[in-house]
Amino acid sequence: MNDIRTIALITGVLTLLTAATAVGQFLKRHPDRGLDPAAVNTFNLRLRGWWIMCTVLAAAFWLGTTATVVLFGLVSFWALREFITLTPTRKGDHRALFWVFFLFTPLHYVLVGLNRYDIFSVFLPVYATLFVLARVAFAGDYKRFLERTAKIQAGLVVCVYCLSFAPALLQIQIAGAAPAGRSANFRLLFFLILLVQFADCMQYVWSRMLGRRLVAPTVSSNRTWEGLLGSATSTALLAAVLWWAAPPFEPWQAALAGFVIAIMGFAGGMTMSAIKRDRGVKDYGTLVVGHGGVLDRIDSMCFAAPVFYHITLLVAGAAP
Amino acid sequence: MLSPADSHQPSAPPLAGNAAAGPTALCRAAGLSLAALARLLSGASVRWVASQPDTCQRVYFANHTSHLDAIVIWSSLPQAVRELTRPVAAKDYWSRGVVRRWLAQEVFNAILIDRTDIKVHQSPVDLMLREVGSTKSLIVFPEGSRSVTGEIGEFKSGLYYLAKKRPEIELVPVHIDNLNRVLPRGEFLPVPLLSCISFGPPLWLERGEAKLDFLDRARRAVIALKE
Repeated sequence: MNDIRTIALITGVLTLLTAATAVGQFLKRHPDRGLDPAAVNTFNLRLRGWWIMCTVLAAAFWLGTTATVVLFGLVSFWALREFITLTPTRKGDHRALFWVFFLFTPLHYVLVGLNRYDIFSVFLPVYATLFVLARVAFAGDYKRFLERTAKIQAGLVVCVYCLSFAPALLQIQIAGAAPAGRSANFRLLFFLILLVQFADCMQYVWSRMLGRRLVAPTVSSNRTWEGLLGSATSTALLAAVLWWAAPPFEPWQAALAGFVIAIMGFAGGMTMSAIKRDRGVKDYGTLVVGHGGVLDRIDSMCFAAPVFYHITLLVAGAAP
Repeated sequence: MLSPADSHQPSAPPLAGNAAAGPTALCRAAGLSLAALARLLSGASVRWVASQPDTCQRVYFANHTSHLDAIVIWSSLPQAVRELTRPVAAKDYWSRGVVRRWLAQEVFNAILIDRTDIKVHQSPVDLMLREVGSTKSLIVFPEGSRSVTGEIGEFKSGLYYLAKKRPEIELVPVHIDNLNRVLPRGEFLPVPLLSCISFGPPLWLERGEAKLDFLDRARRAVIALKE
């Protein structure tokens, strides 16, 4: 992690965060600037979240690949916890859920840590699915069978499988990069996280500034087509500017990756909104909010990570 | 929030079970780690709705959904309050096996009630009141057994007699949400979902209030915490 690009990337992010924090604190002290105090508050809360995220990520990066995989594993576990808490299950699902939490989720991350792409790419979508279907059938409760198993399956894929592609970026062999240091891989992961967060912000900013046409008013009252387009374009621009940070990419490839990341992140946000709307925020919404809402923070990441992983594989032209 | 029992401080004279220093340290450590484990596993968020944790003498009464209920309520209380609070548990379950008995008696300092053999001269309420003295608090489940459907059943009359014999004790309603999904009836492996423990404002038995009216009011106080 001692090469010039990594240092430049980290310094840039820290400068940006510090500047944003200064602005946020200034706006908080001067409520007479005509800005919505609620928006300022949201902004400051977001910033606090990013500081925490940066600190934890920096610690994990410093400790190495295994620590990062474990960290993402814990995040997945917690997100799945929130997901299943939010969705109603029946008693017949109990045993299946136990194995999902304590066997399939950890084992999947072990496979990611061992870089067994050949196994971990099918382990959850195929074998966990078969297990859940069979285990719920064995439990003898056939009521709304497909609906219940689909819920568990959706939780596993979104919270565990998709998110795990982010730490899996650390295992990709990049031609020309030194295999020992792996700082190029850490930069890739950092690039993804940065773009996802940036796309989220831009979506909010563009929606507020130009937002007219809501994508689906019944699902989300602030996500607009203008926000999606603006966010995709600005993220593509930022990615093109930062192309030097993401090893295998040419500027135009980085821009394309940024564009796709923004769209996938938007899709993730929409999906989680739909689930929360269906459950009614009243139910376990308050409960999850009390816990900081890990799922709210990582929804865009879950959708963007696998696509970015496969784009990188394609561009790097190498087996994982 | 004031009640006649407010004058009791946490430094009240220790009761039975705290005599020797050695086992107490071990039990305290076990208690602390079990409380942490229970909180972690049940992902319990704790809400105090129009009430505050206090070391005054109280009876916490809750809906009963899971074997974890007593442990999770107990671990949701602040350390100083927890040390003064004794869960009431079923003897037939908690005295089976060495570990369970040790946990119940030494760690949680539980009062074990024999559900199968209730005698007139040895009523559970008298036993509870004798055990808590004038300083300790209680955790009780007035439904008597764990709910199967998740609905909160009718309350048994024990709570009324407790309130009648010691009208100055604060009765604090507690609602346990989602814990029945963490460890449902008949299961022994937990699923680590998130649960929520809500403590409500204390209530007392009104002068001349009929038994059924009081029990219904207490039950509705627990249900009201659902929101």
